[in-house]
Amino acid sequence: MKTFYSTELPNPLMLGTAQYPSPAILEQAFRESGAGVATVSLRRESGAGQTFWQMIQDLGVLILPNTAGCHTVKEAVTTAQMAREVFDTKWIKLELIGHTDSLQPDVFQLVEAARILTEEGFQVFPYTTDDLIVGERLLAAGCEVLMPWGAPIGSGRGLNNEYALRAMRAEFPDVPLVIDAGIGLPSHASRAMELGYDAVLLNTAVARAGDPPAMARAMMQAIEAGQLAHQADPIEARDMAEASTPVIGKAFLS
Amino acid sequence: MKIVLNGETREITALTLAEMLVECGFSGRVATAVNEEFVPSSLRISHKLVDGDRVEVVAPMQGG
Repeated sequence: MKTFYSTELPNPLMLGTAQYPSPAILEQAFRESGAGVATVSLRRESGAGQTFWQMIQDLGVLILPNTAGCHTVKEAVTTAQMAREVFDTKWIKLELIGHTDSLQPDVFQLVEAARILTEEGFQVFPYTTDDLIVGERLLAAGCEVLMPWGAPIGSGRGLNNEYALRAMRAEFPDVPLVIDAGIGLPSHASRAMELGYDAVLLNTAVARAGDPPAMARAMMQAIEAGQLAHQADPIEARDMAEASTPVIGKAFLS
Repeated sequence: MKIVLNGETREITALTLAEMLVECGFSGRVATAVNEEFVPSSLRISHKLVDGDRVEVVAPMQGG
């Protein structure tokens, strides 16, 4: 498995911490799945922050803070600086939202913010589109990981443009690539791994499922299956049948 | 003086950012920004607030 800024992940599942029915269920989802990375955020302190911090620490996972909801470079950079201090990590999931309905990243501001943060010593995980040129620009800005969307955040549509994601994998064979957002089902996560992606980041599909811990486990199993399948070099699909049972030696009965 | 703390106007007697955090009951793991600029925890004690400052105090929260 590729390393993420020299850190080896215990497994390829990055799990979000938002929208669970209760903190206990969130905790259970992590324990059941064994996810090794938790995404978190920063919000105005209203008293709940300290309890949450304690719980996240007790999970014993790697922490990936985000800049969710940021719409400008300035806002994202300041949020990242605050996150680095609070969570004591150089990692930052850089989100720069460009569109209200699709939450599509503003890739122009994303590249600019990634450059500034890299210069400041951050290790940037950019939430981006599946655009190859944007990917190149992000790498040139100093990113060592790319996180293209599968589909809009929370949509559960899976991999909207498999062609583009496949092209991205081929274009950047040595870069750790994470499918971030849009996963709805374990089969989507499995597909991402079959394509050769290095990890999957998801939240809503687990948190909003009827049984989040069970879905978290299903996601992990699917991810592991997809990863193993990719390593096992799958066959190419073909249009016509090809008998798998040998024809030679078949009894002559008609 | 009056400041805007997490979007709400507050009257405070504190003179520095560090004093304001104590006066307003913040403790534990928080990060601060004044007028949209990050202020590291090491500088809070020397960071003087002025009337009308916009102060943000944030803490860990759930996220995706």
